[in-house]
Amino acid sequence: MSKQPVAVVGVGQTKHVAARQDVSIAGLVREAAVRALEDAELGWADVDAVVIGKAPDFFEGVMMPELYLAEALGAVGKPMLRVHTAGSVGGSTALVAANLVAAGVHGTVLTVAFEKQSESNAMWGLSLPVPFQQPLTAGAGGFFAPHVRAYMRRTGAPDTVGSLVAFKDRRNALKNPYAHLHERELTLEQVQSSPMLWDPIRYSETCPSSDGACALVLTGDRGAARAPRPPAWVHGGAMRSEPTIFAGKDYVSPQAGRDCAADVYRQAGITDPRRQIDLAEIYVPFSWYEPMWLENLGFADQGEGWKLVEAGVTEMDGDLPVNPSGGVLSSNPIGASGMIRFAEAALQVRGLAGEHQIDGARRALGHAYGGGAQFFSMWLVGSERPDH
Amino acid sequence: MSSSRRGDRDVAVVAFAQSNHTRHTDQLSEVELVMPVLHDVLKQTGLTANRIGFTCSGSSDYLAGRAFSFTMALDGVGAWPPISESHVEMDGAWALYEAWVKLRTGEADTALVYSYGKSSPGSVRDVLTRQLDPYTLAPLWPDSIALAALQAQALVDAGLTDEPRLAATAVRSRRAATGNPHAQLRGSADADELLREPYEVEPLRRHDCPPISDGVAAVILAAGDTARQLHANPAWIRGIDHRIEAHQPGVRDLTESPSTRLAAVAAGAFDAPLDAAELHAPFTAQEVVLRRALDLDDRVPVNPSGGPLAANPVMAAGLIRIGEAAALIHRGEAHRVLAHATSGPCLQQNLVAVLESSEGPHGTRGGAR
Amino acid sequence: MTTAAELLAAIPELAGVEPVTRVTIPARLEYTHSPGSAQTRFLNALPDKRLVAERCPQCTRVYVPPRGACPTCGIATSEQLELPHTGTVTTFCIVNIAARGLNIEVPYCYAYVLLDGAHVGLHARVGDTAYADVHIGQRVEAVWDETRLGPSLASISHFRPTGEPDADPESYRRWM
Repeated sequence: MSKQPVAVVGVGQTKHVAARQDVSIAGLVREAAVRALEDAELGWADVDAVVIGKAPDFFEGVMMPELYLAEALGAVGKPMLRVHTAGSVGGSTALVAANLVAAGVHGTVLTVAFEKQSESNAMWGLSLPVPFQQPLTAGAGGFFAPHVRAYMRRTGAPDTVGSLVAFKDRRNALKNPYAHLHERELTLEQVQSSPMLWDPIRYSETCPSSDGACALVLTGDRGAARAPRPPAWVHGGAMRSEPTIFAGKDYVSPQAGRDCAADVYRQAGITDPRRQIDLAEIYVPFSWYEPMWLENLGFADQGEGWKLVEAGVTEMDGDLPVNPSGGVLSSNPIGASGMIRFAEAALQVRGLAGEHQIDGARRALGHAYGGGAQFFSMWLVGSERPDH
Repeated sequence: MSSSRRGDRDVAVVAFAQSNHTRHTDQLSEVELVMPVLHDVLKQTGLTANRIGFTCSGSSDYLAGRAFSFTMALDGVGAWPPISESHVEMDGAWALYEAWVKLRTGEADTALVYSYGKSSPGSVRDVLTRQLDPYTLAPLWPDSIALAALQAQALVDAGLTDEPRLAATAVRSRRAATGNPHAQLRGSADADELLREPYEVEPLRRHDCPPISDGVAAVILAAGDTARQLHANPAWIRGIDHRIEAHQPGVRDLTESPSTRLAAVAAGAFDAPLDAAELHAPFTAQEVVLRRALDLDDRVPVNPSGGPLAANPVMAAGLIRIGEAAALIHRGEAHRVLAHATSGPCLQQNLVAVLESSEGPHGTRGGAR
Repeated sequence: MTTAAELLAAIPELAGVEPVTRVTIPARLEYTHSPGSAQTRFLNALPDKRLVAERCPQCTRVYVPPRGACPTCGIATSEQLELPHTGTVTTFCIVNIAARGLNIEVPYCYAYVLLDGAHVGLHARVGDTAYADVHIGQRVEAVWDETRLGPSLASISHFRPTGEPDADPESYRRWM
């Protein structure tokens, strides 16, 4: 049985904020789901299965929330799955949903990723003392900062590169009504002089903590033909994992990331990512990860990623816009962020990204990563139906 | 490779292994518990982790008391070079479902599925209260036994069971477990002796409840010809489906399990007679509900392994039902077996898989629309 | 989409009732964790100021703290070996914020210290030095906390510079 092509016909997300105090967890996910269904002009009864994803349950204090959310997501009497692959989960969730359609198991799948981390405390959740280890990291930034330093040393990049990324993403966010941070007055100087949280990562180069949800409606040929707006077609998707810690691990450009990208490019027939992909929505929670991922994803040669940033290539009017949505640096509901990247890539090739639309976008990469830089999930979407 | 024959993409269980489930595993970390079981299934098939097409696991952070707990067990897999891998924060039966879907896409020909749970570090009764609606139910801390008792009482009130019949289920299961070296509780006192014990939560007594277990299970799935190469007698997954019901126990009829029935219909459970059934009913009363939903009378042996009443490693117990069903077929003891897994309070979510030997009736049903 | 106010307006019994918009629900769960065999051996050696690593029989890499399994081979690390207390800083950062509930004085320097003979860095604090002087390649040694010697990594207070010349990059380049 050959794989069926998968189309994204509905995208919905909530306005990401520090704390949504006007809705319960159910209200939050339903808001995104309803928007996605409305975008697809479908009703709850049209959904065959629901796949949800989110990061550790400690972030809300609810264990296995798919159980509590069954009614809110119209899943009663339907199959419901919950994926958890750490920070890459938003992406993995979309891929699991896509597989259900590709395998011909279901015709239309609703997939939602969310985090309502204000209900608990995300930094606490990320810094929970690990038994028998010294608690040292103080949040995810503490884990990644040493690797940023290693990148800076390896490449000799000037230390202003990170601030260029942060400034770009925050300005892009101004054109995205759903983004959390809308810092209209922010200047580059402010970014460069903001306090160091985990040296070398500054406060302004760090993602916020957000409540938010994102939903997609995935379907096959028949559903795509009926869709009111142009679909985004999945040209390739893959997941890769490597151990958290192992001898010889390259934390700066993990092998799992490279392998994952290679698999997606192979499926999509991409041989020159820099030229053949129009834009990328990649998971950059700390500014320096943009040049690092540009190399890991094959958009730049090893050691050269920062040059693309410095040259403005990744700006919205550049040759390879990165994170026109404002990215994770502007909104970070942890469990949803991966799916938001996938969703934004889909919006772009559908021509539905509004003010942050990149003209002529036909192929876009969505990328997510998680854990100790060990879990990767990515997809490539295009405006044309793939011919396989 | 692109054959449209359905038989080409049929998926089978070709290996199954589990730990010896015990109350405590203080001397072992999760990865030390998981690794031997992974080695067992890999050895059974002669595969190595990097030749497996897809890996999927099931586990729970809340059970482990650590965020991102599943990343630790990954060390036991040997994920190098990097592997295609995913994880569900659910019982391993749903990890198996995700792997089954992956194989059906044709993106992989083999999959490693594993799940584990150490109930010993925390109080599993209390931990499971965190599964409930955080605004209206969880603050009441209704523990898992109390909720099961609600369901049992509903059955008693409806005249569908009574305490002697529930005790008989416990006796039957644990005596069946004497033939299962992995089970934790093997053997049982007579029913009337059990019925003299005090209630845990009326109408349930200790014997009506599962043991608290630490344990691991692993399964290897393979598709088409690959399955035939890896096992002389593969256990084909003829159908697999899962459904969820409303969360609030108050809006459900706890004596019925419509989700189990829906899943069973979609999985083709009623298409032909069954030789046996492995049901994930941690509480005796739940077996009553499931038998009704599945139309299982006394002719079909239920839980010949002893079932969760004999060993209940939370997060693995459902996967073990599928494994035990497959093992019956591998050993030539059965041709068509139903396996069931559950999640959530009072059987809120249910998965049904129908496994057949190569001689069983053909035709794949998997909830396709 | 119907708003909460509209839904409430449709229920006469709730006329004039203020909706509940927030509940604070304390939850407490206690867990007793087991380090497992490999980590237990490592932890039990710490009160004697011994750093016991484990080697994978297949790839021969040395892990400290030992994890029970070699993560790339997926087999048990079986051979124990004692490591010297000296090592090299392979990367680090200066942390200026403390996570809630963490009893630690900020700023502090969090580093990966590649102990001599190991193939993965140990996560540790670097102290007894100006943080501006900490650098990749710096040679450091363990400083034990005599008041907290026990089966816990708290037995090691921090690592301090030894004053030796920097390590040859070739000695740590592959293990950064």
